[in-house]
Amino acid sequence: MDKWHMSRMLRDMLRARAFEEATAQGYAQGKIAGFLHLYPGEEAVAVGVLHAAEPGDYVVSTYREHVHALVRGIPAQEIMAELHGKKTGISKGMGGSMHLFDASRRFLGGYAIVGETYPIALGAAYAVAYRRLPEAVICFFGDGAVNQGTFHESLNMAALWKLPILFVCENNHYQIGTEIHRHSAITEVYKRACGYGIPAEKVDGMDVLSVHAAAQKALERVRSGDGPQFLELDAYRANDPIAAAIHEAESGYPNPAAMAAAGPDCISLFSAHCCREKHLDETDIERMRQEVQTEIDAAVRFAEESAEPDMETAWSILHANRRYETLMESPE
Amino acid sequence: MSEEIYYWQALNRAMDTEMAADDSIITLGEDVGLYGGTYRVTEGLMAKYGEWRVRDTPISENSFTGLGVGAAMLGLRPVVEIMTINFALFAIDAIINMAAKIPFMSGGQFPMPLTIRMPGGVARQLGAQHSQRLEHTLMNVPGLRMVVPATPQDAYGQLRQAIHSDDPIIFLEHELLYFSKGVVDETAVAPPIHQAMLRRTGRDMTCIAYSQMVLLALEAAEQLASEGIEMTVIDLRSLSPIDWETCVQSVQQTHHCLIVEEDCRFAGAGAELAATLQERCFYFLDKPIQRVAGLDIPTPFNGKLEAASIPRTKDIIEAARRLVSSAGVQS
Repeated sequence: MDKWHMSRMLRDMLRARAFEEATAQGYAQGKIAGFLHLYPGEEAVAVGVLHAAEPGDYVVSTYREHVHALVRGIPAQEIMAELHGKKTGISKGMGGSMHLFDASRRFLGGYAIVGETYPIALGAAYAVAYRRLPEAVICFFGDGAVNQGTFHESLNMAALWKLPILFVCENNHYQIGTEIHRHSAITEVYKRACGYGIPAEKVDGMDVLSVHAAAQKALERVRSGDGPQFLELDAYRANDPIAAAIHEAESGYPNPAAMAAAGPDCISLFSAHCCREKHLDETDIERMRQEVQTEIDAAVRFAEESAEPDMETAWSILHANRRYETLMESPE
Repeated sequence: MSEEIYYWQALNRAMDTEMAADDSIITLGEDVGLYGGTYRVTEGLMAKYGEWRVRDTPISENSFTGLGVGAAMLGLRPVVEIMTINFALFAIDAIINMAAKIPFMSGGQFPMPLTIRMPGGVARQLGAQHSQRLEHTLMNVPGLRMVVPATPQDAYGQLRQAIHSDDPIIFLEHELLYFSKGVVDETAVAPPIHQAMLRRTGRDMTCIAYSQMVLLALEAAEQLASEGIEMTVIDLRSLSPIDWETCVQSVQQTHHCLIVEEDCRFAGAGAELAATLQERCFYFLDKPIQRVAGLDIPTPFNGKLEAASIPRTKDIIEAARRLVSSAGVQS
């Protein structure tokens, strides 16, 4: 991988971290309401996988999807405005943190009901396969989502019809507050895919280069008609003090400090790697940090200054598709 | 082009006509392909259009209905067949949380040209798990639409319209209607998909019904006419949205309203109809709006008890007589 690609990946990891830090702050200040699921610590997963994707590919995500959306290319300000419930948000303020959608970037949404991403990916991949298109569908989910019935139903159908799906399990070892050995009989998630004859691999999700290489290889197989592929990416959420404060405030959620990995942070790891290999130096990285911070600060200002949507907008969206109300005037 | 055919044949022709015209239409479900569909609705389609367009699925209602949602997001126009409404309970998440919400939650970015066909209703001694009418559960969901064709002509026209629609539509059939016959004119101009129709007009009272119950209401109207009671019969055709104008106009003329539904009485479609019509027609009504509905009981297996648990023609006749006969209420 060349210097340019390395620095693009590192920049996206830094953007993602800065975005989520700003989000946590907005939440703590009461400017962002609702449920908030933060990504710090897992940046290597989103960045590694999505940098291996083509613009024509489709992405289906979960409720922890701000960073998937950001790395996919949705402008930070449109995501931030959506988190603030504003009219200028990517979903016009009708979706919120857990429901970011972008048709133009083939981002098929964030889903807040655990286990919904599989059937959506299944349908998208079915359409792609039926049309014999070269695209792939990337389906994200967490380790807590593999005990839903849709996991097994959808993996079965995906394998049965050889659909072009890359299943990506972000294994952060916790289903809300329940650790994996307490919610799954088989804690190595990739082994479950083998039950459906889907090639599966477990990769260190804290190492962005390994993630990227594995995703690239798997996507090549998906595109060459080998059917669905499965990656389990072992990752940990960061011990972020602001996130900890938010979670403590929500009863029933354990403090992420207790859930965080003892190991080093994925951004520190990759920064060190880039410096060691002389792709970048500390000055480059510091400049990058400042640039992304400027971008995120502007996104926050944009979100805060944007107008709220009105009820009329809500109704017009609900009825937007009713233009065929009096269709079929003269059937042949 | 008029021809007398079965309800299932009318659905089959609508599918065939639409699939021939537009290759973005696919259909999927249990046994829809090789077997031709439990009620023959997809008969012959797999041979004609191939297995990518007519897909036999595993028994996985939640995921194959969700597959329809995902495919619709990419611009296909899937027609998902769920073998009976009872099995749709496994697909409630795909229907309510996905199909009905995505167009809205995405700020209108993703239309949902998805039709979900399924039969409901009490057939003949299939037991409590196979004799449900769950329209009340689905008509209450914003973002979903539901049509309930009672005749082969409507089965044909409304299915074609549903397939053309960019909204997710629950296409609710009835197990007893598949082998009912009626004249279908394939060239007829179909009324708007949600419009209610007057199946019979009479000055004394208005009876509002849908699906299989329309046939019973018409039978009752025949008998009542011989007794001198002239009953208007409105076939709703759509439970979401409901064509209030047609109902209000008729009730304002007849001053008496009887609602007939096969679904359980409590919190059902009839309750919604009665509540809204009294809000809109209160000063036109001579008597309180009445309902004939299914009993609030899981359907008993025993044939006699089963029959007594849902409206029969005689129940409609008796309710109609009571509604119009009391002294001092007729104008």
